[in-house]
This record gives sequence, structure tokens and C-alpha cells, in this order.
Amino acid sequence: MHELAITQSVVDLVVERTAGRQVSLVRLEIGGLSGVVPDAMEFCYELVVSGTSLEGSKLVIEHIQGAARCRSCGQDFDLDDLILLCPCGSADVEVIAGRELRVLSVELVAEPCA
Amino acid sequence: MCLTCGCGNEDDVRVVTLDDHAHSAHDHQHHDHPHDHDHQHHDHDQQGLHSPDAVHRHAPSTENLIIGEAILAKNDHLAQHNREWFAERGITALNLMSSPGSGKTSLLERTIAELGNAYPVCVIEGDQETTFDSERIRRAGARAVQVNTGAGCHLDAPMVQKAAAALDPDPGCWLFIENVGNLVCPALFDIGEHAKVVIISVTEGQDKPLKYPHMFSVADLVIVNKTDLLPYVDFDLETFNSHTRSLNQAAEIMPMSVKSGDGLADWYAWLQKSAGAR
Repeated sequence: MHELAITQSVVDLVVERTAGRQVSLVRLEIGGLSGVVPDAMEFCYELVVSGTSLEGSKLVIEHIQGAARCRSCGQDFDLDDLILLCPCGSADVEVIAGRELRVLSVELVAEPCA
Repeated sequence: MCLTCGCGNEDDVRVVTLDDHAHSAHDHQHHDHPHDHDHQHHDHDQQGLHSPDAVHRHAPSTENLIIGEAILAKNDHLAQHNREWFAERGITALNLMSSPGSGKTSLLERTIAELGNAYPVCVIEGDQETTFDSERIRRAGARAVQVNTGAGCHLDAPMVQKAAAALDPDPGCWLFIENVGNLVCPALFDIGEHAKVVIISVTEGQDKPLKYPHMFSVADLVIVNKTDLLPYVDFDLETFNSHTRSLNQAAEIMPMSVKSGDGLADWYAWLQKSAGAR
């Protein structure tokens, strides 16, 4: 269950970048080839944010489709798993998308005007 | 910010203040990324009417803060510190990953017995609990520290940093970092190693690469251990190699029996090569 550690990393990163301000929404980008299961992150999110400035915030995960480029035929194609095989039969392929694990943005509760 | 050296990359942070009431559903030029446009403060129903709790959704207003940073950036940054720390001391750090019981510790015991006099070897042992493995390594004749991860299923860069500081490995040594026995989680975490070594035993089955593709796709070397048991199990090396190759063209695959000694000469040659390439 590395998603627990990954989710903890999200919370640590957001708390550090927002100086402890109240966060209402966290938007992530998770690639389909990243090895991280979004459902498992959502499962442990509430637990991990408990008692932090992210408590009560919404988690939005954007899924990035895995994709590869074949070095033999030059075509780009979708990749749903890590088996590196082009429809043309070549295994000389490069993963060009799907490994993303990023915090895109957060929404902060606005501080009242002085 | 890095807790080790204080460095950090704040340059890619931008703050954009959104005024809820001036904000329209079509005014998204301030976002430099795709998103789901799921703005609850514009939560009208099909008839264009506000939902009953719309008053609460209008307040308080929010600010959008673009972060755009890798979730594991902190771990990766510390891993790079580890890599530099090892390089400064001429240490070759190898991350050994496998299921529990594949023979990682036995391989290290034999390696220490056969190479330890000629070359310094140090070991960081990762397990959820107990110091059994580090005691085995010490009995074999090498210095070792144990990292107990408790509920944790993998070693990460900060754990290795602390362990390396406590161990103070000999300059020029091979530092074997025996990860927690697990074919899933350790694959995702850079710990500052020079190479990732995945060990599988023939009793685990030839389909392991397809079942645990992340682990096999990141390996630099795949050791197939317990080949002395091949006559007794349904494990076809060619099929295993083909599965591994479908995920990872570059990894070297090395059949071995730690018990009989078959394949160990290849392992020692690979270690020499990895130290030379560092």
C-alpha cells in the first residue's frame, strides 16, 4: 500500500507550499502507468489529511492515459500496461505519457480582507 | 525546501487570485493545465436554478495556487543527495528488491564470504520488524544496520540517508541496500542507488514479471535464484526471459543458485562492472 506514503507526500508538499493555509481542494495528475492506484489514494486521503490544513478538502485526480512512440514505425499509440509492444510488432518503443505523479494545483480558502 | 541543504525550487509557483463573483465558466485562461471545470460555486441545476445550499457554496471565496510539482519530488531530491554522498566516498550502492524469501540475504552472506576479504562490503537491511537479517550479515563478516519500517512496505530516500549516516560505510565499498521484501512498492522509490537488482526464485513462478510489471520494468539486473530447484518446479527460463523482455529490453537476466554456486561468477563480474561504471 505505497499509496499511503504517496498520499502523505502529497499532504507534506501541499502544507509546505501553502504555509499551512486552509486548503479546500487538491488537484493531482496520476498516470495510468505510474504504479499508483487512484482509488487507493482516495481511500486513504481522508485519513492522511486529518488534523492538517487539508482536512475536509476535496481530492480531484486527473487520469493520464499511458502512451508510447514506436521507434521502428514512428507511430504513437495508447499503452494500457507496461508491456512495451507496438501494434506493428516492434518492442523498440518509448513511453511518452502515463508515468505522471504530480500535484497540479490547490484551492485555498481566501483569507478575509483586513 | 530541502531539509538537508535548504535548497528548493520555488520558481514554478504562481499565485492566481480568483474573484468568485467576477469569475465566469468560460474564463479559464489563468489555468495552464487541463482540469474538470468542477467549480461548485457555479453549481446550478438543469433549469439554471441554484441548488438549495448555493448560498454556502458562494462563500468563502477561494484562491487557486498552481503547484506543478512531482509528488515524489522531495524523495527524489533526497535520493540525489544520497547518490552524491555515495559518489563522494567511492561507494557503489545497489538496491536489492524481491519478494520475501527469494534469497536476498543468502546471496549477501555468500557474497560477503567470498568477496568480503578482498573488497569492503556494507549492508543496509530493510524489514518491517526484527534485526534477524542484519545479525545474519554481521555473522557473515560485514558491517550492517537494520531499518525497521514498522507498517511501511518499502525503503525511501530519507530512511536510507539516516541509515547510511548511522552505518558510515567504508569508502570504496559495495553498499547493498536490501529493501523490504515486496515486489510492488519499492519499485516506485528512488533511494539514490546506482543500480536496481531484482531477485526472483524459481519457486515463485515464471509469470512474476507480468504480475508485477513495475518492479521488472525498473530493474537493471534480474537474478533468477534457486535454479538448483528447476527439476522440481514448473518454471521455464525461456518463458520467464520473454516475459521480462516484454517489459524491459535493457535488463540483464542472470540465472543463479546461491546454494550450489552456479552463476555466482557472473554476479561477481557484474559487481566489478557496476563499480567500474559508477
